[in-house]
Amino acid sequence: MIAHDERRVIETPFHSRVQAACALNEWEEWKGYTTVTAFTDVALEYFAIRNSCGIFDLTPMIKYRITGPDAGAYLSRLVTRNISKQSSGQVMYCCWCNDAGQVLDDGTLFKFDDNTYRICSQERHMDWFGASAMGFNVQIEDETDQVAALAFQGPTSCAVLKQMGFQDIENLKPYRFTSFPFDGQELMISRTGFTGDLGYELWCDPEQAETLWDALMEAGRNYGIRPFGAAALGMARIEAGFIQAGVDFMPALDVVRSERCRSPYEIGLGWLVHLKKPNFNGRKALIAEKEKGSRYRFVKLIVEGNKPAEHAFVYNRRNQAIGTVTTAGWSPTTKSNLAFASLEMPWGLEDDELFVEIYYIRELKWTRVMERCHVVKDAFFDPERRHATPAWDF
Amino acid sequence: MKRYDAIVIGAGHNGLTNAAYLAKAGLDVLVVERNPYIGGATVSRELHEGWLYSNCSYVCSLLRPEITRDLELPRHGLQVVPYGGGVTFMENGDYFASFEDHEAQLREIARHSVRDANAYERYHTDVTKQTRLIRPFLLRTPPDPTSFKPRDIKELLFLAKAFYHLGEETLNDTFRFWTMSIGDYLNEYFETDVLKAALAGSGIIGTALGVYSPGSAYVLLHHYMGDVDGTVGAWGFARGGMGAVSGALAKAFQSYGGEIKVAAEVSRIVVKNGRTTGVALANGDEYHSDIVVSNLDPRRTFTVIMDESDLPADIVTKAKNFKIRGSSGKLNIALDGLPTFTGLDPNSRLMIGDMHFSDSLENMERAYDDWKNGTWSKKPYLDMVIPTQTDPTMAPPGKHMMSVFVQYAPPKLATGEWTDADRDAFGKTVLDTIGNHSPDFKDLILHVEVRTPQDIENEVGLTEGNIFQGELTFDQLLFNRPFPGYAQYRGPVQGLYLCGSGTHPGGGVMSAPGANAAREIFLDLKRDNLVPEAYADD
Amino acid sequence: MTEYDAVVIGAGHNGLVCAAYLAKKGRRVLIAEAAEIVGGASITREFAAGYSVSACAHLLYQFHPGIARDLELEKHGLELASDDLATIALASDGHYRRFSGSVVTGNGLTQKDISGFAAFHEQMTRYAKLLAKVAGRRPPKLIESDWHDKLNLAKIGLDIRRLGRDDMRELLRIGAINLFDVLNEKFTDELLKGALSVDGVLGAHMGPRSPNTVLAYLYRHLGDGFGTSGPAIPRGGMGSVTMALAAAARAEGVEIRNRTPVTKILCSAGRTTGVKLGSGETVEAGLVVSNADPKTTFETLVGFPELEAGFSRRVHNIRARGTTAKLHLALDGMPEFTGIDAIDSGARLVVAPDLAYVERAFDPAKYGEFSPAPIMEITIPSVHDETLAPAGKHVLSAVVQFAPYELKAGWDASKKSFENTILATLSQYAPGIRDQIVASEVLTPWDIEQQFRIRGGHWHHCEFSLDQFMMMRPAFGATQYYTPIDGLYLCGAGAHPGGGVMGLAGRNAANEIVKREKTT
Repeated sequence: MIAHDERRVIETPFHSRVQAACALNEWEEWKGYTTVTAFTDVALEYFAIRNSCGIFDLTPMIKYRITGPDAGAYLSRLVTRNISKQSSGQVMYCCWCNDAGQVLDDGTLFKFDDNTYRICSQERHMDWFGASAMGFNVQIEDETDQVAALAFQGPTSCAVLKQMGFQDIENLKPYRFTSFPFDGQELMISRTGFTGDLGYELWCDPEQAETLWDALMEAGRNYGIRPFGAAALGMARIEAGFIQAGVDFMPALDVVRSERCRSPYEIGLGWLVHLKKPNFNGRKALIAEKEKGSRYRFVKLIVEGNKPAEHAFVYNRRNQAIGTVTTAGWSPTTKSNLAFASLEMPWGLEDDELFVEIYYIRELKWTRVMERCHVVKDAFFDPERRHATPAWDF
Repeated sequence: MKRYDAIVIGAGHNGLTNAAYLAKAGLDVLVVERNPYIGGATVSRELHEGWLYSNCSYVCSLLRPEITRDLELPRHGLQVVPYGGGVTFMENGDYFASFEDHEAQLREIARHSVRDANAYERYHTDVTKQTRLIRPFLLRTPPDPTSFKPRDIKELLFLAKAFYHLGEETLNDTFRFWTMSIGDYLNEYFETDVLKAALAGSGIIGTALGVYSPGSAYVLLHHYMGDVDGTVGAWGFARGGMGAVSGALAKAFQSYGGEIKVAAEVSRIVVKNGRTTGVALANGDEYHSDIVVSNLDPRRTFTVIMDESDLPADIVTKAKNFKIRGSSGKLNIALDGLPTFTGLDPNSRLMIGDMHFSDSLENMERAYDDWKNGTWSKKPYLDMVIPTQTDPTMAPPGKHMMSVFVQYAPPKLATGEWTDADRDAFGKTVLDTIGNHSPDFKDLILHVEVRTPQDIENEVGLTEGNIFQGELTFDQLLFNRPFPGYAQYRGPVQGLYLCGSGTHPGGGVMSAPGANAAREIFLDLKRDNLVPEAYADD
Repeated sequence: MTEYDAVVIGAGHNGLVCAAYLAKKGRRVLIAEAAEIVGGASITREFAAGYSVSACAHLLYQFHPGIARDLELEKHGLELASDDLATIALASDGHYRRFSGSVVTGNGLTQKDISGFAAFHEQMTRYAKLLAKVAGRRPPKLIESDWHDKLNLAKIGLDIRRLGRDDMRELLRIGAINLFDVLNEKFTDELLKGALSVDGVLGAHMGPRSPNTVLAYLYRHLGDGFGTSGPAIPRGGMGSVTMALAAAARAEGVEIRNRTPVTKILCSAGRTTGVKLGSGETVEAGLVVSNADPKTTFETLVGFPELEAGFSRRVHNIRARGTTAKLHLALDGMPEFTGIDAIDSGARLVVAPDLAYVERAFDPAKYGEFSPAPIMEITIPSVHDETLAPAGKHVLSAVVQFAPYELKAGWDASKKSFENTILATLSQYAPGIRDQIVASEVLTPWDIEQQFRIRGGHWHHCEFSLDQFMMMRPAFGATQYYTPIDGLYLCGAGAHPGGGVMGLAGRNAANEIVKREKTT
């Protein structure tokens, strides 16, 4: 019998170290875990990601292990992307949909071998994954608690890992993973992340969590290592152009008002949909949408001025509200004002003349400005070092 | 005798709500109440010195916030303190905890099944869709689907529009939800029996249906569609017991100039030339008014306090066939201290929530089988709370009051009417059930009030002791409540209105029927409507 | 160019009807039937040497007259040995109740019950007529509706309005509730109420107190809506219905292959391409029509991996566990039922002495136990049809409830004691019957699943209740005969309007196929 636990939030395996490092004592809840908003200074933490390296406790990320002879076929039916070419040791970014072609979540799919996968996501999906498993010989296990994870991101991250003795780590390509012996056990390292920079994610047994943290901090001492919290990560992920479930779109299972669901095409994930794949969940609906057209377009915006456009309405030149901003923030690296927005079709083409309505407060006085904004196609920030293999030292 | 603009029979919460709105509009309104105290089934009574019992209704969620605010009930003393969570004790000595907090709840369910923990999120989303659908209708008058009147067609279109917005798939799910049993419905989500049992309770409370009876999923909705401070589905304690609700309503009514007479039992609604002219009391007094509003249940209204000769023939048949079944009893217990429960930390916040003792759907269904066979359940479903943990007004410091809702108990036993010995045996069954999970409970008991459905009928006037003034089944919901053709609060005689829980939207301390009836009266009097519309949601 | 336009899986009555209509519209149709003979659950079988019986369905309640006419079933050999059968509610003391059309007779019945029954029967017949119209059309979608749906909805709305205000109100009141309350409102005689309640629970996992039983009662009386006033017994047993259908289908050019089980419905990119047979052979066809139950169709033959997960979950959640068993007795003489004249022994005999009895028979089924005192619907078809038994001998066929598919103790261990229970009950009404038994057979839902290839052994393929009715039958995504797999259709009892040897599911499916496959 598992003991009762009345706590609202529980601690991750890194908690002792995280708590010691959290000088600001600024915390937030993430999927029932105690996690840090900011450790020392959001700006310092952000620049550790972009300038040296930073570590982030990723343990609350939901992780499922998919095993069994039908694992590949099962996942192929589950996600919209064609994963038939995925090789062992490769990570693929995917999304998955309900029957109506509405996005349930996005996440990363790790292939260990033909019979063994891991899928990481923001939301819990045991119910959906279980229903999807009917007719397949697969087992699905929630391993969120059994795998401790750290994001280790920034230009010097590879150098630090080399320093720790992980040989040949510089030759690990983006979206690949490998394992190293560590502390008598196995440490899995993937070249993945949510910052759009050179970086890795480290996956270990919870027992090793504190050792790993200590070893990284020690090895990174001369490489500008710094723990970072959710606030700094949020800044980095906007620059990288990454969307987040529950912020930029509603996972379909949480939606009460049916029209609030979004298809992959409507949140900029159309590139993850391979309609030629013979069978996957949502296929029929997505084919129909492709023919009929989508209701919304998800866009990246550069907003004039320097006032953050959070929660702003977006207008066309005729002053009609045609959408809303889902995420916004100032980008310290590109020195520009960024936003993601969900716009009604047909708006959001690159040369559309759009405006955002921003309210900002100065000494209790609210001011409203209409700022021109521009649709951009690519990530706001996508440095060469993110893609280079062998990875750079800084 | 004095002439009033309107007379309301029965000072239950709906009668007082109705009267308050009429008085607020400037009408001269009299409320007559049979008992020497007001409140109907919404009372706080001192039946053991120093203890206040909410001896009928005991928790509060459905009371429409629009009405609370409109009648300024907080200013008149109503304070509803939310409580959350609870436990379901299991036969194996473990318990299942219900937490208001999402993450804690998921971890608790995951003790039994990780998949169920996640399915709970789907369940929550799906039930929320249903509460969103139903809530706008609570403060509306049901349309007559056989009518071509513009108002009925307008209301039917409003109804159709709400359904249309669900989309085809959710609409399909909605029809299924409304027609399924709560047991079958839960089986589509969960594999853990105790979780299903913990959730299924809301599908049977106050209802002569079992967890496997189709239609019981709707009853669950009836318990989920209320809110406390905007948190839909949340429940709270009224400070000072449920009498605080009727007390505040009475004060609001009186503040608008209304008059209440207690210990004034109505023996007849007087009808002359096809319209009501007032009421005659058992003591011989008569009060005159062109408008008579009955807060009594439809069966009682038409078969007890009206002359058959004053009514169209069909209405008497309809009233006799009206399903108003006693299915529940109540124990109110004065305790010398706070009992402890096996396995449960006495400091746990779960102690403040509701406690249950049925850990499987099968046990709950068997409890219903007992009722069908004319006896109280051998393993009853209990909904138990100890409000004195948060409310200092209901028992002396350090002492406690326990309210135990018991299901099932028939209005009449297979052996005949309830006897004192039956009542004692019924009480003992309940006390033993609690005692099985609380070793010190029985030693703490100072006083017990055992109420059978028959007692509830005798004291409160609810026919058969049915707490909802009529079953919440399809034949008695929306435009069928209480009878087809009479769902718009007007009786079959001019000037006669119904305002009790026997009308749409049904039972629970909701006050919506009372307010809705007032709106119809305003319409008939060609006065401005003072009854608020439901808060909008997009 | 393939050999067939359509493959129909299963030569049950709906499969045959559907195939015949498709062939009438010029389609080249193959029916693949797993069993030795056509008929599905509508067959006649020799269960003891010289004794034959309708092995599953045993009465023709509501066969659609339009289909019989269209397919010229009389010409193809269908003959009724008896029709408009009376129903007799048995009483152990011989004080039976006899129902024929709107007339009920019996000692001690009050005039109020007698006239009440006539009124009740007439009202129910008006509702059955409405339901018959609904049953004959595709269930509409309500929001994503095409003009057919809108027209259909308008027709339903108009038909309900046409009932008149009082009937309409009464229908809206009782449509979703239970027979127990309705019968208690109207009648006082316990035996009368008990017998009527059987019509609401026959074949269902419901007791008289279960809401939805009024609907089930109306469904059982659809035949009244078609113009009959009681069930019929075909000469040669129920098998002769499907034999006539098969002859009609063949006459339209349909090819029927027996002993040809389909093991797989082939799909490619969301479209069916044909079927795979047990022999390993593949039959290509652009259209596949399944008369199999929905769970077998989607879970076994298509396979959930070929479908979408949400739809698979809905199919998984379909309630389809049978609670009905069948008793067959070979008797060496005419059984004597207390108080019943020999001439009435050919009627439909019902064991359901009162409402509480029926409800108590149902209760154990909820917990995986069979009824210690079951309800029964008995026929002795050999009274009307000498072909079924040797001269002077008889066969008795009875539907027995409740016998849940998932029996806690397991059917292997319990079948014998269940048979004893049934015979003990039967003996209360026909005291000498045990001594007349030459041979007996009991089919539990488990046996029915095995022998008739119906998942869960449920005659209606899916439980018949409001939440699995019309646009909810069998599950969202497959409610208008077409399915999420393009070219794959349902035509069996799992589709609207449901079970019973009626043929409408097959005919409606054929209409839908012709309509859709023309336009797409």
